[in-house]
Amino acid sequence: MAVKNIPMREALRQALYEEMLRDERVFIMGQEVGEWQGTHRVTMGLLNEFGKKRVRDTPISEMAIAGAAVGAAMAGLRPVAELMTINFAFLSLDAIINHAAKIHYMFNGQFKVPVVFRAASGWGNQATATHSHTPEPIFAHFPGLYVGTPSTPADAKGMLKTAIRSDNPVLFTESIALYPKPGPVPDDVDLLVPIGKADIKREGKHVTIATYARGVEWSLAAAKELEKEGIECEVVDMRWLRPLDTATLFESFKKTNRCVVVEESLPMYSFGSEIAAQLQENMFDYMDAPIKRVHAMDVPLPFAREIELMALPNAQKVINAVKEII
Amino acid sequence: MAKGISKEQLLNWYHQMVLIREFEDRCDHLYFVDKKITGVYLHLYSGHEATGVGALATLGPQDHVITAYRDHGIAIARGVDPKPLMAEMMGKRTGVSGGKGGSMHLASREHNFWGGYAIVGGHLPLATGIALEAQYNETGAVVISFIGDGATNNGYFHEAVNMAGAWKLPVVWIIENNFVAMGTRVEDSTAQTELHKRAIAYGIKDMGRINGQDVIEVYETVKEAVEYARTNGSVLIESLTYRYKGHGVSDKTYSERFADELRDYQENRDPITLLANRLKKEYKNIEPELEKIRAEAVKIVDESVEFALNSPDPTYEDLIAHIYVEE
Repeated sequence: MAVKNIPMREALRQALYEEMLRDERVFIMGQEVGEWQGTHRVTMGLLNEFGKKRVRDTPISEMAIAGAAVGAAMAGLRPVAELMTINFAFLSLDAIINHAAKIHYMFNGQFKVPVVFRAASGWGNQATATHSHTPEPIFAHFPGLYVGTPSTPADAKGMLKTAIRSDNPVLFTESIALYPKPGPVPDDVDLLVPIGKADIKREGKHVTIATYARGVEWSLAAAKELEKEGIECEVVDMRWLRPLDTATLFESFKKTNRCVVVEESLPMYSFGSEIAAQLQENMFDYMDAPIKRVHAMDVPLPFAREIELMALPNAQKVINAVKEII
Repeated sequence: MAKGISKEQLLNWYHQMVLIREFEDRCDHLYFVDKKITGVYLHLYSGHEATGVGALATLGPQDHVITAYRDHGIAIARGVDPKPLMAEMMGKRTGVSGGKGGSMHLASREHNFWGGYAIVGGHLPLATGIALEAQYNETGAVVISFIGDGATNNGYFHEAVNMAGAWKLPVVWIIENNFVAMGTRVEDSTAQTELHKRAIAYGIKDMGRINGQDVIEVYETVKEAVEYARTNGSVLIESLTYRYKGHGVSDKTYSERFADELRDYQENRDPITLLANRLKKEYKNIEPELEKIRAEAVKIVDESVEFALNSPDPTYEDLIAHIYVEE
């Protein structure tokens, strides 16, 4: 099978295009998805291809974009609702959490809600405090919702296609920093990444690095450096924050007995907290060192570049954390 | 009497309204006296019957209905069997929502009754989305979405109605204006107390205010609205009605706070009495038929209570079922 090197945004665009071709019920709604071609160019060309019925520019109405997508999904369509950036999804929280995630359960299985909420996520472009969130763990708190966030173009395509085909609601975030980065993507219309399946992006025996999305990039860079010193890191890309693939995580930990958690998000009540709790509850007998966490500093993000970068995680911070427990 | 509405239809509406009233009175009793309905939420539809019954009489089975948490009467008016409704009130496994939704989350997929929803305004964009499906698949179906007067001040109302207007979606938005949102009067919540005028802002059809105590007026206006919406897009109607009970069971002072007004509605503007009087005026010697309908309603509710009381509680398997669709 042919493999092409394409940026993540193109991989996502392909996923949307192919799933819309495959299933008439799939449509896109969101701000600037049509005429503007997507604020991150993920929906480029789709309006031209599929027309206004299936690529729907919406008013700036985050509550109604999410809520109407829920209603349309209940009624049998398969909406992909783009919330532009995850920062704006805070305005959609009720529709996502109280409705998308609850309706199947609350009405005892009478309705399905096969909706995908897409949003760009991440900080580091002087976007400032209100536009720099990576709040995936907040959404992953709630049963009823799946949360996926890819680190490579191939995963991006496969995960989004799986999300669209799923009968369950999925919150799907895409790291803004990763949009332009290329990677190999198989030319396969049925490229699917199973929901809740982690992926080992690099094998190693000394320490497990549990991470996702942009954290994978920092972790792989750190692993490359640490290799020079004889430290072999196993980089586990969780890919889905819910369901969380603890089986893969535990298998890796049994081998390494050490873990560093790397995430772009904030530390309190976080992905890192959850991984640490899972390991100490279930893997205590295998644990040879404290769990270390690398994350954004616990501050709102400022504008000035110098101090913004101070607050962000990076490969060096991952290296430092690994060295503390080796 | 209104043209084109048969005696049979009027009696059917009378039956539904009496059944709703009886069902709600029994819920009230089961909560406060028998303690068989538990929990903290129970929002009764008593007083609103003509609006729900008159509006839903205009729909076919392919059409859609959605509402907020004051949903018992809407479910009954849509034809849902009172037995699983009463079972849901008691949190039984046989309830319409398996005992997992409760009073505020009644729904019946087979009736295209998409539910009661308990976040004020939260169901309004769902109505927009359900109507989008109708338009997308050209089914010809219409959505009736009920809205409490209080929800018109919520952001969801603005966003959902505006979007439905922009996309010409087939929704009949019916504001059930009972003049008080939880405990706050409409005039204390908005400077524009004629809520139907919001339609003008969204460029959708404003069908004005109707007397929500008069089932015939409700039916005739909503019928016109539904036909309009089927081909032209959204319509807004403001139905003036009155709540006989507190906001919910936690509202203990309602009947004292609004005592005079409440008495006036119950004595002079009760929707069931109004319809009974019109029937009596139109059809001689109809009282025995009305009496029979009232007795039937009591029997149906008796049976629903019996069914609910004898139903099993949900199990651990139910607790963990339907979190996700299995795939």
